[in-house]
Amino acid sequence: MTLNRHSPELPTRTSIAYLIKTNDQQAMTFINYASREINCKIVYYGPGLCGKTTNLQYIFDSTAPQARGKLISLATETDRTLFFDFMPLELGTVRGFKTRFHLYTVPGQVFYDASRKLILKGVDGVVFVADSQEERMDANVESLYNLEENLAAQNYDLMKIPYVLQLNKRDLPNIIPASELTAELQRKGEPVVEAVASSGTGVFDTLKAVAKQVLTELRKG
Amino acid sequence: MPDTPILLREQHYHQIKAVLARLRMDASAKAVFLVDKDGQEIASQGELGNLDTTSLASLAAGNVAATGGMAQLIGEKEFPTLSHEGDRESIHISVVGRLLLVVLFDDRSSLGLVKLRSKQVSQQLSRMFDEITEANSDDLESPFAGITDEDIDSLFN
Repeated sequence: MTLNRHSPELPTRTSIAYLIKTNDQQAMTFINYASREINCKIVYYGPGLCGKTTNLQYIFDSTAPQARGKLISLATETDRTLFFDFMPLELGTVRGFKTRFHLYTVPGQVFYDASRKLILKGVDGVVFVADSQEERMDANVESLYNLEENLAAQNYDLMKIPYVLQLNKRDLPNIIPASELTAELQRKGEPVVEAVASSGTGVFDTLKAVAKQVLTELRKG
Repeated sequence: MPDTPILLREQHYHQIKAVLARLRMDASAKAVFLVDKDGQEIASQGELGNLDTTSLASLAAGNVAATGGMAQLIGEKEFPTLSHEGDRESIHISVVGRLLLVVLFDDRSSLGLVKLRSKQVSQQLSRMFDEITEANSDDLESPFAGITDEDIDSLFN
């Protein structure tokens, strides 16, 4: 049968329905009225070996099993991300709806660009994980440029999507001062979080910063 | 992409579940899922048991995305179906517009039967989603329009 625009059965909080919210940048947040869930997609981006998988691994290790699903890692035999890591995480309830974030990483190595493009599809928020070491500065800049380019290829604009810059590996000796890194890599006044993902410093602050922006976008509708 | 949401009303949700249940029966399948191309599970039917359907949905979408990327490299738009046959369990995936129809089956069925039944249902699901898309409501307000900063902060406390 054909639905009509003025059908009396508009969604209510008690109806069973799914809403695929599509904004002009094609972000997809699923709101499931049946199980009262919101599902959002967060992607961790950055150069090779910057600590994207380590962020997810720390979140996985320090979250109660009932709040998260499996951590799926499609990695090479040497533990380099081949396609993506994936982990569903339930944060809690807002207005009676369970908020579930699907966390993804991309493979950082330059030659996996086709995979990175695919993983950005339907993204609601992005975390850029920068490697603070001096010798990785060029890789950071190249990866950030690649992020902007790949987002644009999917009709997203980095300037408009929920976005956080994480300065990782702050515990290493040969790092660039945070102020310099921020000056070089910050694009739009996004939150900047200093982190040591291997020990968990800044990991949840980063997630919180991007999740807040995603939920704030939901409020805008 | 139009700036409008797609809404599945309760009756359509039940219609989709009914279509999946019928497919499961006709194809002698263990379970049937409808998944968004971005990896979100929409509906499922069958012997789910302890199956991690969230991960399955994400990996099915990744799989289709990867093979779709290969298709474009060789000049194809996409590969509309994918099959993976294991010793005991097998998976067949059909691309239906922006959705993926995933059928899990074992030796009680066969790839040929699953392919045939999936193809028949794909056309039906495609028509249903065309109707749903046409019926998109433009006066829909986000149920989260009223959430406050405190609501959001409370998630992290």
